[in-house]
Amino acid sequence: MNAPLTSTLDRAVDERTYASYQRPFLWRLIATREFAIVALLVVVFIYARANIVGFDGPLTIYFLFLESAPIMLLALPMTLIIITGEIDLSVASTMALTGAMLGIAYTKWDLPFVAALGVALATGVACGLFNGFLVAYLKLPSLAVTIGTLALFRGLAKGFLGTESIKGYPEKWTDLTRERLSDGSSYPQFVIPLLLLTIAFGVLLHFTTFGRGIYEIGLNDEAARFTGVNIARTKLILFTLAGLVAAIAGIYQTLYSSVARGDSSVNLELQVIAAVLLGGVSIFGGRGSLPGVVAGVLLIAVINSAMRLDGVRTEVTNIVIGCLLVASVVAPMLLTWISGLVPGRAGPTAEAPPSTPAPEPPASGGPSLDK
Amino acid sequence: MNTALDTPPAPTRRRPDVGHILGGLVRSREIAVLVVLLLLIAVATFKSDGFLTGDRWRDLLLTPSILMLLAAGQTMVIITRNVDLSVGSTLGLCAYATGEIMSAGHSPWLAALGGVALGAGLGAINGLIIAVARVPALVITLGTMLVYRGILLRWAGSDRVNAGELDPGFLDLGTKQILTIPVLTILSLLVVIAVGYYLRTARGGRELYAIGSDPDAAALFGLPIRRRVLGAFIASGALAGLAGVFWAARYGGVSSNAGQGIELQAVAAAVIGGVAIFGGSGSVWGAAIGAFLLVTINRVLPILGVSDFYQQAVVGALIIGAIVLDRVLSSRAERRLAVDREATS
Repeated sequence: MNAPLTSTLDRAVDERTYASYQRPFLWRLIATREFAIVALLVVVFIYARANIVGFDGPLTIYFLFLESAPIMLLALPMTLIIITGEIDLSVASTMALTGAMLGIAYTKWDLPFVAALGVALATGVACGLFNGFLVAYLKLPSLAVTIGTLALFRGLAKGFLGTESIKGYPEKWTDLTRERLSDGSSYPQFVIPLLLLTIAFGVLLHFTTFGRGIYEIGLNDEAARFTGVNIARTKLILFTLAGLVAAIAGIYQTLYSSVARGDSSVNLELQVIAAVLLGGVSIFGGRGSLPGVVAGVLLIAVINSAMRLDGVRTEVTNIVIGCLLVASVVAPMLLTWISGLVPGRAGPTAEAPPSTPAPEPPASGGPSLDK
Repeated sequence: MNTALDTPPAPTRRRPDVGHILGGLVRSREIAVLVVLLLLIAVATFKSDGFLTGDRWRDLLLTPSILMLLAAGQTMVIITRNVDLSVGSTLGLCAYATGEIMSAGHSPWLAALGGVALGAGLGAINGLIIAVARVPALVITLGTMLVYRGILLRWAGSDRVNAGELDPGFLDLGTKQILTIPVLTILSLLVVIAVGYYLRTARGGRELYAIGSDPDAAALFGLPIRRRVLGAFIASGALAGLAGVFWAARYGGVSSNAGQGIELQAVAAAVIGGVAIFGGSGSVWGAAIGAFLLVTINRVLPILGVSDFYQQAVVGALIIGAIVLDRVLSSRAERRLAVDREATS
């Protein structure tokens, strides 16, 4: 078993990942995590439009995308990494470090801006490779490694910048982040690369051999190895991709806020993980889909923006996101527990993440906790 | 497969054998970290004359007293193959609560008790969610880290507990020294020794190691996993609460960012001190020495001419260095005979 997200309280025996085809189509459609999260998103969105002053204004969607773009970006590789059963806690620190490198390369080393962009991207890739090498080839637990690099990359960013915050990027580039699709459109231009990247990751995860290998690693890495999945290479690629995307997010964030600071986007990785888990990805690996994650990300974005418009201070938003993070892990457990209570159901519903063992053998089903 | 799962459970006690004990001692992680610590202090004293005198000596001993408590709690949790990232927020919340109770005019004893009890309660919330819902500790404690900090910010706002509101006797605790050793340091050393003794000798302590080494085997053996894991989280929370009380005494005041980011240092101290992140091995003493090492490094960096903005990077590098070292040591040990495996634990 792969146990980077180590928990004594082991996952239970249900390993089914396909839909429960003995049930009607509509049921199969509705009884999924993805559907639940989309429904929740719609409910929250409608509630916000009805009750929060200014949420239906023309700027809401525009700023919602601008402000949440880093989360949307980072959630893509994070989904793939969590499906393999690993985790990357260092993405926000990588963002800060790449932003710092962008500022330093442009203002201190006097490189042309495009070259500075290259330096920043290379920094991100190097960070990802470093994580990936330690996790994939030295077989170290990703949780420990990325807690370490979380501190390391953040510390480097702070060390390079000190108390400084580097400003003065070319206006052509900083304006680019705020450009709209067309005049009066409520979508920024940035949604196009975002959409393309999302589709690319979706195709990679759902329609390629590489992507199926990701699921296989998450479900059973031993079996994956026997079917010819190159586990180490897959993980290295995923962590490198995470570094690259974090660099893009870092560049975006620096240009959007027009400033590189050592302490930018602290704790952002938590929001990213919350969004991914909310979107139905199992923290134990092997389950989840990109459409669900997109809904999860949008949900976090809508909550963030609605609460800001409502004049709620960020600490309350943090409380809500913390609760959502806890709920996103606990809810599937509760759901399967409840569905286990309903008589006449042989097992948990389709696509429900790890559940309690089927009721027939009460004590022998897997590593049960009850003594 | 993860080799960490395959490594043997907590070392079995052997008949005393002087050569063996000496060999184990020389190769033990605790001693190795201690040697590094002493070397570091030697270098610092050589570079800067006043390193071990007066206020700097006091600070060098006083600052780890808080981190040591957190690292001890973290060790208990990590040994069971979990992790508690909410300790920094718990510390802040408990420190503020302690200050508020005292500024409301209650006795410092009651305030300290309140702080520790609040910590235990917050730890119990973590433990209950993790043990009952069987979800990974990492995610839950990341969540509660945000939630507890948010509650503190909401409660405290831009307010802070000032030294004037605290009991003078309580404040003395933060400055008093016995034979130049600060009282707080002595107190937390006593706590660490007690926790370490419990882990090493008591049945409950050994069961924590057993659970972390091989959860399945522990379940088959009939160990009360849920109860033990819950207990470890309550202990970690209570120790973080005590650390909060110490924080209030040491700094003579509490603001809402107390203890922010210290959870990483606690994990780092434990990992550097030889507590395997996969659970099942390590000791509280090692974690305590790790805490001293971390604080000392932070103090030595400026002397060596490194900007202290790099402190966090050093913490990160040390975490990574420690786990890489662990992996190297354990794979070397696996190639040797099973007897030698004891050395790496």
